[in-house]
Amino acid sequence: MSSSRRPLDLLPTLTAFVLTTSFLLSPGIANAMKIQNVKSPGGIEAWLVEEHALPLLTLQFGFSGGSSQDPVERAGIANFLTSMLDEGAGDLKSEAFQEQEQLLAAKMRFEASRDSFTGTFQTLTVNRDKSADLLALAINKPRFDADAVDRMRRQMLASIQFESKDPEKVAEQAWFETAYAGHPYGRPVIGTTSSVTAVVPADLEAYRSRVFARDTLKVAVVGDIDAATLGGLLDKVFGGLAAKAQLQPVEAVDPTGGPTQKLIEMDIPQSVATFGQVGMKRKDPDFIAAFMLNYIIGGGGFASRLMDQVREKRGLAYSVYSYIQPLQRSSIYMGGVATKTEGMDKSLEVIRAELARMAADGPTDEELADAKQYLTGSYALNFTSSSAISGQLLGLQMQDLPIDYVDTRNAKVTAVSIEDIRRVAKKMLRPDQLIVTVVGKAMKAGVAQN
Amino acid sequence: MALALMTAPASLTLSANHASAAPRAVQYTLDNGMEVVVIPDHRAPVVQHMVWYRVGSSDEERGKSGIAHFLEHLMFKGTEKLGPGQFSKIIARNGGQDNAFTSNDSTAFFQAVAKDRLELVMGMEADRMVNLKLDVKQVETERSVILEERRSRVENDPGAQLDEQLRATMYQNHPYHMPVIGWFHEMATLNREDAFKYYHRYYAPNNAILVVAGDVEPEDVLKLAKQAYGKLPANPAALRAARPIEPPAVAPRRVEMVDARAGQATLVRQYPAPCYAKAKPGEAEALDLLLKILSGGSTSRLYKALVVDQKIASSIEGGYSGEALDGGRIALYGVAADGVKLADLETAADKVIAEVIANGVTPKELESARSQYIASYVYESDGIGALARRYGWGLVNGQTIADIEDWPNRLRAVTAADIKAAAATYLVAKASVTGWLQQPVEIAPAKKS
Repeated sequence: MSSSRRPLDLLPTLTAFVLTTSFLLSPGIANAMKIQNVKSPGGIEAWLVEEHALPLLTLQFGFSGGSSQDPVERAGIANFLTSMLDEGAGDLKSEAFQEQEQLLAAKMRFEASRDSFTGTFQTLTVNRDKSADLLALAINKPRFDADAVDRMRRQMLASIQFESKDPEKVAEQAWFETAYAGHPYGRPVIGTTSSVTAVVPADLEAYRSRVFARDTLKVAVVGDIDAATLGGLLDKVFGGLAAKAQLQPVEAVDPTGGPTQKLIEMDIPQSVATFGQVGMKRKDPDFIAAFMLNYIIGGGGFASRLMDQVREKRGLAYSVYSYIQPLQRSSIYMGGVATKTEGMDKSLEVIRAELARMAADGPTDEELADAKQYLTGSYALNFTSSSAISGQLLGLQMQDLPIDYVDTRNAKVTAVSIEDIRRVAKKMLRPDQLIVTVVGKAMKAGVAQN
Repeated sequence: MALALMTAPASLTLSANHASAAPRAVQYTLDNGMEVVVIPDHRAPVVQHMVWYRVGSSDEERGKSGIAHFLEHLMFKGTEKLGPGQFSKIIARNGGQDNAFTSNDSTAFFQAVAKDRLELVMGMEADRMVNLKLDVKQVETERSVILEERRSRVENDPGAQLDEQLRATMYQNHPYHMPVIGWFHEMATLNREDAFKYYHRYYAPNNAILVVAGDVEPEDVLKLAKQAYGKLPANPAALRAARPIEPPAVAPRRVEMVDARAGQATLVRQYPAPCYAKAKPGEAEALDLLLKILSGGSTSRLYKALVVDQKIASSIEGGYSGEALDGGRIALYGVAADGVKLADLETAADKVIAEVIANGVTPKELESARSQYIASYVYESDGIGALARRYGWGLVNGQTIADIEDWPNRLRAVTAADIKAAAATYLVAKASVTGWLQQPVEIAPAKKS
């Protein structure tokens, strides 16, 4: 066991975000790393970075969709499907499939977010063809045998149980239910006990055949493979998918219902809060300025104002942070804090005051300069392994950014002026509209219920 | 069997070549006794810089639990040259990322930066190795922060509380029974004097290992290290004392925790085991493979028996961790299927364990576990952070670079008989600690959606 000073493990969403929106490529990286746009004989496209230093390969792919494509009465089906693809495919039943996977030392894992269904596949060069055969089976011909479905259902139901007791998960889900009431984004990605209980194999296949399609597919590959060989692999794995996905339209929506503060009572010594408001859409020309603004407020760890005011100056919390989460059909500026029961009112007061101060005055010249230096200088750190690079390249594609994005982005960030940031701070930050969900014990004075 | 014969030999033979493709380390020792390890990896123009101290929570004075981790936090509070909080701010301004962690046996500080900032980072790290400055008010504020950290990590999480109880129960004499973060009531009393006492005793170049991985040449790193760290004075008193030794176990122990915040009922089973540095030749490797076969993933013995066949658990996982100085640990975790009693799950798990002790493992199981581990060595080489940690963990816990790099070969030498012997020696009821975590019966999980 080890204990770390900075709560990186508490910031999975931030990590995911940084993954897809890191801006700047130092010249060294840009020169060293050549991104090829590969098109397979069958027409599947992928971004490829060849890297032959180690005999391995990482392939990441994604489809549009995710839990926002779950049928209402089957909330959690996308998440359920992530566990089913390696539970038997083609002629291989679950055990045989997994024995093959392990013997080949291949790795595959799948993930569903609100907007996407993604997968990560790794193989050693020596086992590449056989491993890719397994991946192709998993994506195209999962079996959904009844006993495997029931086994994964038990795991899903256990996860729902655990999440229902996890203060951070409860606070976050309560936030989404409040801000997106009646919208697919308001439903839990993991589903509910009743929706997961109701899942039958045909539901899983229905979702797969609707969402897994070539028109929304994005692929990023890094490692020991050349473009021609990759072409064959792409056709083998993805060539048999439907040409076009059948997606339900998801309505564009802003988080609504603020200002509000809800308390979900739980008998724990430390209260956990999620706060959030409307953010900045990814396609908005001000997105980059908003992202930099967030770095200064709560995204930059010890360089951020929230960390300075809540943790460093007052010792109220170990973890306090914010991030911008651009969804396909919405955008959120959100954050979190965890503090002893009697510290929550004060922590939220400090956070609101910081948001208000930033809206009124913007950052200082020094803060902006520091943000630019960090964001430009640290970009290379996102390219230190095959899986990190492929994650970056998939993220860019999932956000419809061009292949030369990494080269053009530098100038865009550098071009953001103090006036831009002040304008965006004034426009975006709405501390008086904050939606706050707190999990913990009620205080004497109570966490105000509006 | 047929599958193993067809596939395993091919993947194994070639994996041997692959493991040798992983980067290799170069080692030096400075005149003041500081060790220097460099792992060149030229794929990106960045470096991971780490300083590992050979001291951790198990070296704390009695009554001062948490001081190792508290000092780790306080190391960011400034020096004669740097103001409070400036360390991380300067790293960020230079496009870098930094952090630190504390374990039972070691404490490490690390930064990831562009390679041309290595000199800057080394200068700052060397500075705080000897010039730490602490102000009373800041120490008090940071103490509130570590108490909040403990609330987040432990008090708010019954699973973590159980793990803490199990550790305290397994080790009756060795300080491994203490939580790394400390007991709350002792953390609340830690002060500036405690921090300085620990710092002055243990933080010195001859008690530290520098690890640099990334786009560098070993001789260049050595030159920079000499400039930054080489001038610091050694402290002969810095080396830790041997810790008290654990007596032989005489009785199995149990911790049964009931908590309304528990999710589905959970079973934990742990056994003490040797660590890599102190195990007999091949024994730790056999334990790695044994635990992979018994509990690692969905083709493991326990998973197949309890999750797939009997359907009394919703999940099972486990493993052996041998990266420690004085002793390792085997840990198995099972989540009971809805409505299944933990006693029944435990009985069924014990049957599977008894079977592997009595009859060992099959050649097919051994080959699969082995090929996965050898591959994992290659996968782990794909990233300078993981590379630096591999060498840091190994060295700080008593292994040599040759030991670390030879691991895939030693795995190849393990036989089914070795694994059977390891099972019989270490999966011993008498030494076991068993934990239960479940909700009170009265309010057993009402299904809600």
